[in-house]
Amino acid sequence: MHELPVTESILAIVLKHAEKNKVKRVVTISLRVGELSDLEDEWIQRYFDYLSKGTLAEGAKLEIERSPVVLQCGECGMSFHVNFREVDEVVCPRCSGKKNSLVSGREYFIKNIAVV
Amino acid sequence: MEKIRLIEVKEEILGDNRELADGLRKRLKGSGVFMMNLMSSPGSGKTSLVLRTIRALKNELKIGVIEGDIDSVVDAETVAKEGVPAVQLRTGGFCHLDATMIGKALDAMDLAALDFIIIENVGNLVCPAEFDTGAHLNAMILSVPEGDDKPLKYPLMFSLCNVLLINKIDYLKYASDFNTDLVKERVRALNPGITIIEVSCKTGEGIDRWADWLKNRIREGRK
Repeated sequence: MHELPVTESILAIVLKHAEKNKVKRVVTISLRVGELSDLEDEWIQRYFDYLSKGTLAEGAKLEIERSPVVLQCGECGMSFHVNFREVDEVVCPRCSGKKNSLVSGREYFIKNIAVV
Repeated sequence: MEKIRLIEVKEEILGDNRELADGLRKRLKGSGVFMMNLMSSPGSGKTSLVLRTIRALKNELKIGVIEGDIDSVVDAETVAKEGVPAVQLRTGGFCHLDATMIGKALDAMDLAALDFIIIENVGNLVCPAEFDTGAHLNAMILSVPEGDDKPLKYPLMFSLCNVLLINKIDYLKYASDFNTDLVKERVRALNPGITIIEVSCKTGEGIDRWADWLKNRIREGRK
C-alpha cells in the first residue's frame, strides 16, 4: 500500500550513486526486503518504471530478495523462522516458549546496482 | 556489448526517514516535549481515545494533537473543541504519516507551550508501522469488534508498539468469540515487552489505568 514513497526513496538513492559513479545507465537494482513488509514486487516495479522515466535508471529491473522473519525465544534463546501466512500460533520450536522478539524480517535495503 | 559493472550501495531505503525521525525526537526532547504516535484500524476508537486522554491529562499537562487524515478536517475540529491546539495533516491519499510530515506539523506548533503531543495516525494497521514518525512512544488500539486474530495478520504493527489498548471492552458481552487472553498471548509471542491495557472509551472503564500508565511514561520521557 505504501509502495509509492518507498519507490521514490529507492530511485533517489539509486540516482545518487549512479551520478556519483558517472554511469550511462542502471541495468538492475538488487534489494533485500523483509518478509514482514507488505510490499508487492510487481507494484514496486510498476511504480519504478513510471517514476524513473527520463532518468539514468529508466528501464532498470528490480531484483528483490526476501529476508525471512526470524524470532528469538526469550526463554531458551533459540532463533527460528516464522511464516505468518501459515501459522496460527507463534511458539519456540525447542521449548514451546511464547515470549519471542523479532530479530529480522523488517529490512528495506538496497544491496547494489548493476550499471553500464 | 557494454561491460556491466556492480556498484555497492548498501543503504537503508527508509534511512532518510529514520534519520529525520531521530532528529525530531532530539528536537522535542530539547523542548521538554514527549510525543506519542497512536495507530489502529479505521473505526477502532482513535479519536475517542484521544479525547479521553486529553480530558484525563489536561489539568496536569499542556497537550497538543497532530491529526493525520487522508482528506478531512473532522478530527482536528473535534479535538480543538477540547481547548487543545490541533494541527490537521491531510495526507492527500497517502496511507500513513512520515517524519517529514510530522516535522511540518511541529513547525506549526508552539513547542515551548507544550508538554505532550499525540499523533493520531491514519487509520491503517499496515503502512504506519513502516514509517518512524519521531515519536517517543508507539501506541496502538485493537477494538473487540475487529476480532482476536489481528496480531497474526498484522505482526509488524503488533511487534513494534510499546503499548496496546484493547478498546470497546463493553462489546465483550456481545462478542463471545473474542478471546482477550488469546489476544494477549498472541501479542506477547511477538512482543514480550508490550504493555496491554483494556479500556472502553464509551463507558470510561480502564481509562484511569491508561492515564496513570501514560503519565508515568511521559514523566520518565521528559526527564
